[in-house]
Amino acid sequence: MTSDATSASAGGGTEAAAGPPKDGPAAVGGRVTTAYPRYVAGKVAGAAVSLLAVLVTSFFLFRLIPGDPVKFMTGGRQVSAEQLAMYREQFGLDLPLWQQFTDYCGKALTGDLGTSYQFNAPVVDRMGEALPNTLLLTGTAFVLYTVLGVVLGTRSAWRHGRLGDRIGTGLALTLYSLPSFWLGLLLIITLSVGIGPLPGLFPTGGMESGGEEGFAYVLDVAHHLVLPVVTLVAVEYGQTLLVTRAALLDEMGSDYLTTARAKGLRDDLVRRRHAVPNALLPTVTLIFINLGRTVAGVILVETVFSWPGLGGLFYQALSVPDLPLVQGLFLVFAAAVIVMNTLADLVYPLFDPRVGR
Amino acid sequence: MDTNDQYGVRHRTPGRIRFVVAAGAAALTLTAGLATPLNPAPHRAGAADDGTKVLTVAVAQSVDSLSPFLAVRLLSTSIHRLTYEYLTNYDAEDNHVVPGLATAWESSPDKLTWTYTIRSDSMWSDGERVTAEDAAWTFNTMMNDPGAATASGSFVANFEEVTAPGPTELVIRLKKPQATMTALDVPIVPKHVWEKVDDFSEFNNDEGFPVVGNGPFVLTDYKADSHVRLRANKDFWRGAPKFDELVFRYYKDQDAAVSALRKGEVSFVAGSPSLTPAQATSLKGEKNIRVNDAPGRRFYALATNPGARAKNGEKIGDGHPSLLDRRVRHALFMAVDRKTLIDKVFQGHAVEGAGYIPPRFSDYFWEPSPEQELAYDTAEAARLLDRAGYRKNGDGRRVGKDGEPIDYRVLCHATDPNDKAVGQYLQEWWGDLGIGVTLNCLDNVTDPWLAGEYDLAFDGWSVNPDPDFVLSLHTCAALPATPEETGATDNFICDRTYDELYARQLAEYDAGKRADIVRQMESRLYDLGYMNVMAYPNAVEAYRTDHIESITTMPARAGNIYGQDGYWSWWSAVPAADSGDGDGGSSSTGVVVGIVAGVVVLAGLGAIAAVRRRATAEDRE
Repeated sequence: MTSDATSASAGGGTEAAAGPPKDGPAAVGGRVTTAYPRYVAGKVAGAAVSLLAVLVTSFFLFRLIPGDPVKFMTGGRQVSAEQLAMYREQFGLDLPLWQQFTDYCGKALTGDLGTSYQFNAPVVDRMGEALPNTLLLTGTAFVLYTVLGVVLGTRSAWRHGRLGDRIGTGLALTLYSLPSFWLGLLLIITLSVGIGPLPGLFPTGGMESGGEEGFAYVLDVAHHLVLPVVTLVAVEYGQTLLVTRAALLDEMGSDYLTTARAKGLRDDLVRRRHAVPNALLPTVTLIFINLGRTVAGVILVETVFSWPGLGGLFYQALSVPDLPLVQGLFLVFAAAVIVMNTLADLVYPLFDPRVGR
Repeated sequence: MDTNDQYGVRHRTPGRIRFVVAAGAAALTLTAGLATPLNPAPHRAGAADDGTKVLTVAVAQSVDSLSPFLAVRLLSTSIHRLTYEYLTNYDAEDNHVVPGLATAWESSPDKLTWTYTIRSDSMWSDGERVTAEDAAWTFNTMMNDPGAATASGSFVANFEEVTAPGPTELVIRLKKPQATMTALDVPIVPKHVWEKVDDFSEFNNDEGFPVVGNGPFVLTDYKADSHVRLRANKDFWRGAPKFDELVFRYYKDQDAAVSALRKGEVSFVAGSPSLTPAQATSLKGEKNIRVNDAPGRRFYALATNPGARAKNGEKIGDGHPSLLDRRVRHALFMAVDRKTLIDKVFQGHAVEGAGYIPPRFSDYFWEPSPEQELAYDTAEAARLLDRAGYRKNGDGRRVGKDGEPIDYRVLCHATDPNDKAVGQYLQEWWGDLGIGVTLNCLDNVTDPWLAGEYDLAFDGWSVNPDPDFVLSLHTCAALPATPEETGATDNFICDRTYDELYARQLAEYDAGKRADIVRQMESRLYDLGYMNVMAYPNAVEAYRTDHIESITTMPARAGNIYGQDGYWSWWSAVPAADSGDGDGGSSSTGVVVGIVAGVVVLAGLGAIAAVRRRATAEDRE
């Protein structure tokens, strides 16, 4: 699915330069052809097949791990044959593999992803508790680093080769290559604990201080949100910046921009209304991929900042390993990426009507 | 062509300024908006705004369940120690048994009947009186329901019958004598609450708060991987805790937890299970922080595969046959320089190992005599291997009976840096003997271990004041019945002499005589050479002295605070007189943040307004 979106974007990006619409705004939201429903059906069918493949993979992949899940679960404690049988029955492990598979598929389709070994609770419940926390953290970061990346990338391309571009690109590359957990720890030491006379301004971890209610609770969570968001934005914005910059640089030699300028349009308008819309396709791809990843959270950042989200849960599930939880999270993460990539494919024709013809 | 020159020059300067101002303002406005002056700083541990004294403890381990019938993890069982009384407790001074829910106990002449007097001054937190019927119901439920036996079923395995003839009298009939009847670490739950539970294997006790209990604290709130909150039980029979609240807060990263302590967000940090030497060193000398480097209750050992078998005699796994020779095992252990491990790996935060039970449990601690000791002696180790028939080949490698060079697989925990460091020393030391070592470091060692697919493995257990549990791990009875089942064994050791001693100590009600038998068992274990106890790692933890004025360690003279066998630490902790300073700091920090945030928000709004105004003006041109 990723390759579909990427190839479409590359085509859109380069071909758009050859024959763009005359008026900038019209470049976005071009007319969708009658082939669009078939295109949509194809993409949705592809996504459904991918989801099915993930469902099958998630079942068999984790059963390839050697060992007895019940022994994983009991962690080597003394367990009588009676108790082992009880656990096997409880988790459906006493059934033939094919029956386990059909049960798993049937239950997965109804939203039942089994029971977590370590929490002795439905996987869906544990994920349901963690999901909003992850969406809050990565969603906030996503909006910020996307806006920052697009704006800075546009500016950088428009003034490419100049000092500002070199500094901006260099900084983005540097931050992008930093390990997020390291940057997080650095922020904790400086902005949370404080250095010298500088006081610590932000909490060292967690999502709340506890005991707050109402608006005070909202403010408290917002306060805890700052450092993890800053870490994520710092590490992630560079990617959007670089993709946007590269795409816009491709556009900048195009004749239609010369034409636009020759019409007497201001440089600012040429950039915003003509060049940028045509250069956005690769960035749109990236934005949707990032949206998919948003659900997965960022494992290391959530761990460093003790953020109780899906990323931290995944880290924890893997360390046990808690197979039903790992399996459920894998399924949800993969599904999120597939759905977002499909959405990217579906909106492409809105940006470039030639896609989907 | 330089497109930048072509298109970019004319409006470069104002555009850049506008862009920088806009981007900076947007980022800072949002950040500052989050760091709101209305809630300027995180709540510091020590004291809440309303003067409530709060003791905040950093933890990393998830709660597996809040049901006493299911929980096995240290944090969960510690919470149960705080919220439910057990029949007996261990004295913080020297670990001897003291009254808990039971005020007295006695056994019948035939050693098969134990009668406990249940105290009449203990109340459940919902106002009901605690009676012997609650205890009888708890034990009977564990005896009759496999789900309720999940966590502590082994405690009732030898019970014949449990009854409550009166509200203060509990009678337990045994199948055979059992010396550990004053060490039944089972939380007693209120019958009137728990008898409504349908399925004990599924009920996690984490939905209705406050949870009815009778310990020094009442569980009032829990949010997975965020916090566990407990309120002081003002009616606790032993006296109310000095802190009003106890909060366990989650820090999944230990460095972040140390930072939280340094900042004052938490009052105590213990790590998992200890602070690293680097963390301890960095905290030493810090103002208002005390590092407690206490003798630990754990041992750190190297275990050899003794030819793993099930009770039915079937072989399990594929341990190296050379390790069945005691001389080889002794040779390997004589080539381990424990002093170097203490100095280099543990950096002094551990004590050199000897017997199976750490020295803090002085009644049971045992050391080999000089003649018996397998002291560090590589020359003697090499001679032992020669005598056993494992000589070096032309390449300097020791070869097995099959003529193949010996290369041992050593199971190690991927998450434990000590295992890896010690493993590297083993590679060097045993390499000098001509023996190869392959470190098999895994996140989950349980599976190959249970399958007997290892030659040696890094091993370690926390020892309770009553050593019965860790000693039982090496009895033949602990082996799995068949290779497919799971036994209680740690390392598949099965030795008749050891078993006989184990049975004798379990039936011996005289404490002194029992301790003597336990020491004989340790001696036997040492001679067998299946377990090499290399070190007793210290419990390294730290707390803020401006939050906690005093706190009881266990043992009192030099002991640990986190994970005690009892509730002494958190029950005894006395708030520091100046613990309100934390708030002061918080307030001053808040003022600073508030001012900074306010200025930045105003600047951000102003900048955005200016940019918009300018853009509008330009568009009108």
